[in-house]
Amino acid sequence: MATDTQLALWEVFLQAKSGANYIHAGSVHASDKSMALQNARDTYTRRGEGTSIWVVPSDAIVASNPDDNEMFFDPANDKVYRHPTFYVMPAGAKAI
Amino acid sequence: MEKTDTVLEEMLKNFEEKINRGDAIEPKDKMPDGYRKHLIRQMSQHAHSEVIGMQPEGNWITRAPSLRAKQILLAKIQDEGGHGLYLYSAAETLGISRSELINQLHTGKAKYSNIFNYPTLNWADIGAIGWLVDGAAIVNQVSLQRTSYGPYSRAMVRICKEESFHQRQGYEIMAKMMAGTKEQQEMAQDAMNRWWWPSLMMFGPHDGDSPHTGDAFKWKIKRHSNDELRHKFIDKTVQQAEVIGLTIPDKDLKWNEAKGHYDHGAINWDEFYRTINGNGPCNRQRLAHHIKVHNEGAWVREAAEAYRAKKEKAIFNN
Ligand SMILES: [Fe+2]
Ligand SMILES: [Fe+2]
Repeated sequence: MATDTQLALWEVFLQAKSGANYIHAGSVHASDKSMALQNARDTYTRRGEGTSIWVVPSDAIVASNPDDNEMFFDPANDKVYRHPTFYVMPAGAKAI
Repeated sequence: MEKTDTVLEEMLKNFEEKINRGDAIEPKDKMPDGYRKHLIRQMSQHAHSEVIGMQPEGNWITRAPSLRAKQILLAKIQDEGGHGLYLYSAAETLGISRSELINQLHTGKAKYSNIFNYPTLNWADIGAIGWLVDGAAIVNQVSLQRTSYGPYSRAMVRICKEESFHQRQGYEIMAKMMAGTKEQQEMAQDAMNRWWWPSLMMFGPHDGDSPHTGDAFKWKIKRHSNDELRHKFIDKTVQQAEVIGLTIPDKDLKWNEAKGHYDHGAINWDEFYRTINGNGPCNRQRLAHHIKVHNEGAWVREAAEAYRAKKEKAIFNN
């Protein structure tokens, strides 16, 4: 017995022009990947907003939890030596 | 862990600190129930308005006066469908399903903008809707670009980029009619007379009479009050009407030098509440049409699911 659903949820990523990062645009509902791609095109690129589209099933995305932000991201915060401004350059050195 | 009062208090404190810093709230962030509920109500009402709003304009697609006009109207209505989809997907990030959103519309639990319960009687109404109704919507939506909930704000930014064409195409229709025959001018003025007041009502009750605004301001869901937004709309529209020779149907409208904006006459709130409570000219028709189309489309969704299941089975068997 068939049941009426609103179809699965997909996340849409657009590349504005070649060479650019793919950026999350929103989501669409679709039963399979080709429908997801078509719906994404119709919904998010009606004015040349993108030259390339990725669609990903929403439940395939793993996201970090904001509650864990401290322990998750903190290890990077005290490593100032990862930034170029940490280093003292000899006076007179150029183009470095 | 059990949620004790102190845990809830701590959560609310962190949440409000975040809001006060001007940070956006994202779907996985902890948020008070009241915030989530307010957003679901407001965003779903907004989404339903975009979709129901396709009906009064759709009424004129087959009777558009030229191919150019027809193409423009089709593109405009397609945008509105898109706006509905941006907003539904943003609302779904709050944990409510698309089926439930649609169900709430069909049962009357969720509302849509009152303005779409008025009929489109002739072509001038298409001009008046684009210019006035989209014009009023833009003022509201520009303000909402800075709303605190990230997905809602991002949907608003996308929508605002598309809206200015909507308003301009409507104003162009009105300008053309005002430059036409006497009959055309009368049609344009008649449409203006019918759409002006409902457009002002789109901003909702006066600030003193508006329910649910306290938390909405504190939590930065709403950034400007109903009256502020209404004034902004009036101030820019009066000049546009003058340029093309239309009269604003409000004999009490006059420039208030001290306040720096126009004062307007009394709004007929009885009519507003009559319409919002289901007794406007087209309420029943709008909802019945949505339900009918939704039910008639069920087989398409079922067929799509059946096709997916068949393909998955084929892969599994190979
Ligand atoms: Fe819209
Ligand atoms: Fe619009």
